[in-house]
Amino acid sequence: MSTLILRTMGRLLAAVLILFSLYMLLRGHNDPGGGFIGGLICALGIVIGSLGEGSRRARRALRIAPRLIAAAGLAVALIAGFSAALAGKPFLTGLWMTVGGSHVGTPILFDVGVYLVVIGATLALLLALEEDAGRVNAGEVEEEE
Amino acid sequence: MSAAWLLFLPIALPFAGAVLAFIAGRAGDRRAPQWVNVGTTALMTLVSLLLLSAVWRDGPQAIQMGGWAAPFGITLVADILGAVMVVITALSGLAVAVYAMADIDEGRAKLGWHALYLVLLAGVTGAFLTGDLFNLYVWFEVMLIASFCLLVLGGDKAQLDGGLRYVALNLVATVMFLMAIGLLYGLTGTLNMADLHVTLKTVDAPGLVTTIAVLFLGAFGIKSAVFPLFFWLPASYHVPPVAVSAIFAALLTKVGVYALIRLFTLVFTADVDYTHGILLVIAGATMVTGVLGAAAQNQVRKILSFHIISQIGYMVMGLALYTPLALLGAVFYLVHHIIVKANLFLVGGVAKRITGSFELDRIGGLYKAKPWLAVLFLIPALSLAGIPPLSGFWAKLVLIEASLEVEAWVIAGVALVVGLLTVFSMSKIWLEAFWKPHPDGDAAVGAVALTRGETVALVAPIVLLASITVIIGLAPQPFLDLAARSAQELLAPEAYVRVVLGGLP
Repeated sequence: MSTLILRTMGRLLAAVLILFSLYMLLRGHNDPGGGFIGGLICALGIVIGSLGEGSRRARRALRIAPRLIAAAGLAVALIAGFSAALAGKPFLTGLWMTVGGSHVGTPILFDVGVYLVVIGATLALLLALEEDAGRVNAGEVEEEE
Repeated sequence: MSAAWLLFLPIALPFAGAVLAFIAGRAGDRRAPQWVNVGTTALMTLVSLLLLSAVWRDGPQAIQMGGWAAPFGITLVADILGAVMVVITALSGLAVAVYAMADIDEGRAKLGWHALYLVLLAGVTGAFLTGDLFNLYVWFEVMLIASFCLLVLGGDKAQLDGGLRYVALNLVATVMFLMAIGLLYGLTGTLNMADLHVTLKTVDAPGLVTTIAVLFLGAFGIKSAVFPLFFWLPASYHVPPVAVSAIFAALLTKVGVYALIRLFTLVFTADVDYTHGILLVIAGATMVTGVLGAAAQNQVRKILSFHIISQIGYMVMGLALYTPLALLGAVFYLVHHIIVKANLFLVGGVAKRITGSFELDRIGGLYKAKPWLAVLFLIPALSLAGIPPLSGFWAKLVLIEASLEVEAWVIAGVALVVGLLTVFSMSKIWLEAFWKPHPDGDAAVGAVALTRGETVALVAPIVLLASITVIIGLAPQPFLDLAARSAQELLAPEAYVRVVLGGLP
């Protein structure tokens, strides 16, 4: 799979897609977008990168295991929900404060949580599939088993 | 604690526990996620009991998630039925979590078994507490994904085979569910169940409403494994580890039954003769096919799987008769059945550990070797068959009384005969696994010695569940009262609707 074209373009596309996913995440605040779609785009970027560079490289670049990213995301989303409950409001109610002239609230925290869950879950699936396919191609395991 | 906390904690706790279990699993110690699992389910049990007592004291409770008013936001609501189901979910979740400490191997634990288990419980609890149809769909998805992962985790061939059948048929149900939701939303413009109760009365399209009702019936029919949509269940429940089979058997089909009860008392009551007539036929056919299927099986978990189906028939029968007494019976049956069924699977698992197989013709001699296990098997088995004074006797008694009350002779007869055939199946397991000598001689029983810790983890949940069965059997009155209140609320859901919609007319 690893050709010069894919390697070169893969790096470029990965960088652009990851950046674009952050834009989608933040844009979701008032417009179409948000954590879910942002997470999918980010995961897509990393996977395209890994197609060129190999999944081992991608895992190393991530530093954190994909499933742990998902768990961390779930934790962040829960914190966003619980903080409203601790403030005496129904679960998941948005809490707002003004930092340096702009509104900041817990909904963005929740969205970041979703973003991480989607990245983690998607990458866990796709990288595992990629590695499995790699083993099949290399003849390490038989395809019919 | 305020109602707001009590309503979302049963859902949020298992999610938080899942995160913790996962991180604890990565940190290295393989025992940590087990304890997180047990601790979380114990906390859930505590919170859900508090919720039930609040609902019993003050009537149905509701909160609006994120502060968005119903019917626009998502409402969490608990009436007696919902609260009872959450309690029983947490309780059986706790029992199976303890059992899993000795049942789930290190490999599966490492892949996140305990975290997935808690996500499954969160999905089930969410389905019981939501007041919104689309949200119900989401919880069904959470359940489906978690249960599919649990089913295939560890990945031997049989597991993948069973898992594939399970997920394929459940996806069909999901699509039907989604179509029905779409049609209903197009018709009424709302998916909040309390709001639907109000608006559906003003919609003048009886044909379309009945069509939608039957679509929902099909979707939840697959989920709850009623005739003729049950075949995914016996194809998949006997493949995963025992802890997984047990929690599936206890909860998954019952969520379908719960959804049927909720929708066909709160939302679709316009053409009761038609919809509940279908339900009654389904109930009878489900009971008979389930019990006959079980008679043909020769493997412990397959027999028990078919019995889930036949027992589902009893619950649907209670809903179909649609009288206060019948609904009381259905709710009582749900509670009794979850406890008993989970327990039977757990006992089957222990029997396998001691004798080496689930196949009845390859095992035996359990009574001689472990008489205490024989007693622990007999309690849920006789209760399932409806022998007094155990919980199943009262459940069947109430349902049959309800059917005689409305002179539904046929279904009453079917229920009685199926009860008898259940005794036959249970005595088959008794004779083959417990009474007859082991084909490989007495030495083969208990060849694999269990450590003391394993024995405690395997037997404690069985004792817990069996004692609940006995308590319900000997002192059924408080449980009948609870079910009666619940039936009352189901037939006259004004309080439920009021608490969800708040000040709205």
